[in-house]
Amino acid sequence: MNGFVLTPVEYVGRWSINRVRSLGKAGYLTTGALRALRNVEIWGPRLLTQMVSVGVASVPIAVFIAVFTGIVLALQASYTLTGAVPMYLVGSMVGKSMITELGPVLTGLALAGRVGASTAAEVGTMRVTEQIDALETLAYDPLAYLVVPRVLAGVLMFPVVIVLASAVGVLTGWAASLTLLDMSSAEFVRGLRLFFVPFDVQFAVIKSLSFGLIVTSVGCFYGFHAKGGAGGVGVAATRAVVVSSVLILVLDAFWAVVLL
Amino acid sequence: MSILLKDVHRAFGQNHVLRGLDLEVLDGETLSIIGFSGAGKSVILKHMVGLLRPDSGDVIVDGRNVSELDVGELNELRRDIGYVFQFAALFDSMNIAENVAMGLRRMPDMYDDEIMARVSECLALVDLEGTEDRYPSELSGGMVKRAGLARAIATKPKYLLYDEPTTGLDPVTVTVIDRLIVRMKEELGVTGVVITHDIASAYRISDRIVMLHEGRIRTSGTVDVIKESRDPLLRSFLEGRPELAERAS
Ligand SMILES: Nc1ncnc2c1ncn2[C@@H]1O[C@H](COP(=O)(O)OP(=O)(O)OP(=O)(O)O)[C@@H](O)[C@H]1O
Ligand SMILES: [Mg+2]
Repeated sequence: MNGFVLTPVEYVGRWSINRVRSLGKAGYLTTGALRALRNVEIWGPRLLTQMVSVGVASVPIAVFIAVFTGIVLALQASYTLTGAVPMYLVGSMVGKSMITELGPVLTGLALAGRVGASTAAEVGTMRVTEQIDALETLAYDPLAYLVVPRVLAGVLMFPVVIVLASAVGVLTGWAASLTLLDMSSAEFVRGLRLFFVPFDVQFAVIKSLSFGLIVTSVGCFYGFHAKGGAGGVGVAATRAVVVSSVLILVLDAFWAVVLL
Repeated sequence: MSILLKDVHRAFGQNHVLRGLDLEVLDGETLSIIGFSGAGKSVILKHMVGLLRPDSGDVIVDGRNVSELDVGELNELRRDIGYVFQFAALFDSMNIAENVAMGLRRMPDMYDDEIMARVSECLALVDLEGTEDRYPSELSGGMVKRAGLARAIATKPKYLLYDEPTTGLDPVTVTVIDRLIVRMKEELGVTGVVITHDIASAYRISDRIVMLHEGRIRTSGTVDVIKESRDPLLRSFLEGRPELAERAS
């Protein structure tokens, strides 16, 4: 290498090697975690705690976001629908966009911040303080002890939180229509039911499952491979949030293409 | 059965830490490893429990080649090994009792009251009675260290690997821990490997002492042999006199 500057070829080469290496690590972690599913006696007792910390503890932020989204959606819809368009379509627009898109994605992004960062920070701290090594020497498979319960909790609890958030969003949209828009309940509900199909809920649940899987696995991945001290843990948490947010948006588009 | 490292090489990037290390720990003996900071002592110990794998060479513990074991076999082996981490590595989300109980919970047919009895017993051995309900962040450095020791001995392993078990303890506690290490050997027949910077303590507890330097064993021998050794590097280490080492190189 001449001087300090890498040639573009070298740069691309290194970048590709690192990507392939990360993929390898991710594959290794995934197969290990799947194998660790057998060790129910290790992850079983820890699942409930994780479900509480992933799910129950995320309810306030999810509800907070949903309340404001619901109100804005109703106002936005009535602002858009002027002239000859019947007002009850406000109900349709609030319901449809809250349930299929905004509920899952906004909640998912909020949880990517909350759950993704805390997962990466907790696991990363355990890595850099050798607690993961200690688990291994005590004959615990760290994947069974740390990764499996977190990922399962994500997959199980994201749908719960997201469905709850969507419901809250629709309800506040309804309330906003009554109080701020001079609509009647009958009108709003008529619009809500007009375009609603049960598949909307399935669609939302499928998305939510995949978001839960992604956020928790990405958090575990970066935590597991954290290096160095507090700085390394910070880097892991940041990356986990950024990468899982990006993946949520990508997945959201993916499911829209595949399922709609 | 014993521990055997044969021609072990291990590098971290450009940093070639172990360079053809040969080391044998005999059944039932206590072996101390001394050597300069950064020589790779902790790296050796981590190879013995399979936390690190050699780039080449063999690590054989209890007749089994550690790098060839699958997850299940490795866990089986690890039940027989207690590891005292240099920085204790206690689980900070658990209180001291739960920390010490962790290994016991992986033992077949141990009931909760047996586990808790054993936890109290081990905490008493390291002078930590009454700390059961406290969290690692609420203990002093020396207490954390001893809790780590209690966790390692709880399962009555056949092998105990101590990474600087007495660094940072007061002189009286050092003696308590030294006696505990000797007791583990004499009463339970434990095979022990101790990394230490405390030469006096190494003399008290060891059957043999080896010095690690530049990725290999530089000198090894019984306590008496080491005390009498003329190797300038070893002498500089034992006496804390850098000028001897400079003359040696
Ligand atoms: N996981 C790791 N990744 C990269 N380098 C490592 C790793 N573990 C150890 N090293 C390097 O290996 C060398 C030996 O480290 P080790 O911790 O074994 O030293 P030591 O002999 O135990 O020193 P001390 O007496 O200070 O504890 C050091 O240069 C260290 O930087
Ligand atoms: Mg060390």
